Amino acid sequence: MADQAQFAELAMSYMDALYSAALRMTRNPADAEDLVQETYLRAYRGFGGFKEGTNLKAWLYKILTNTFINSYRAKKRRPEETDLDDTEDFYLYRRLGGLEAAAADKTPETEVLESIPEAVVKEALEALPEQFRMAVMLADVEGFSYKEIADITDVPIGTVMSRLHRGRKQLQQRLWQFADERGLLPEPATAGGS
Amino acid sequence: MDCEKAYHRMYHYLDGELTVWRRWVITRHLDRCPPCAGGYDFEIELRQVIASRCRDQVPPDLRRRVADALGLPADEEH
Repeated sequence: MADQAQFAELAMSYMDALYSAALRMTRNPADAEDLVQETYLRAYRGFGGFKEGTNLKAWLYKILTNTFINSYRAKKRRPEETDLDDTEDFYLYRRLGGLEAAAADKTPETEVLESIPEAVVKEALEALPEQFRMAVMLADVEGFSYKEIADITDVPIGTVMSRLHRGRKQLQQRLWQFADERGLLPEPATAGGS
Repeated sequence: MDCEKAYHRMYHYLDGELTVWRRWVITRHLDRCPPCAGGYDFEIELRQVIASRCRDQVPPDLRRRVADALGLPADEEH
């Protein structure tokens, strides 16, 4: 077992990632800072429970998630979260004209994607109901496997898969909605025909 | 393999959570079906956009506070 100082130094290298996750969870920089600090203190105190050779990053995320859920979230008023209805397949791709473009061997839809600013992506992710938001963030931002996410969030793998499925679909709806509200989408080819 | 199935398995495929055989079946479908291949490529691109836009930097002050609390040198860069 590494000593506590080595452990602390290694854990510090994940701080940007943990802080990003904390921001998505709390949706507030001051709260995210508190959450990260508390997570590191708990990890430091509990490092004896960490098995060397296992995934330190996943272990830290589990502490972050537990801290958020158990001691932190309960104290805070939650901003409103709305669950969206399920959508059709390839929601965003279809709306950006991808299917027609693929048939014509063009790819304009990826240019639109590239133009979506950071604030819109964050806003869209943060608008998801918490369980979906956590799953999508852990998978698509942090690259954890289903099994790791199941362990971090303490739910069966099947639940992880269904949260990811619904969360990703809702994220596409939110991205579309927020990009549209900010006038970031191209004029539809069929609209305003003279 | 039809398009509906190819979509149904897309996230498992992109998440690297399929067996070699199932991956192969989907890869073969994508080779033959430009709309599905375009959809898959789009999802890959979207995921990269999401991941790259959701990286935040720890405020230096917080890093210092945590380092202090953990007994590490205060101004160490990572």
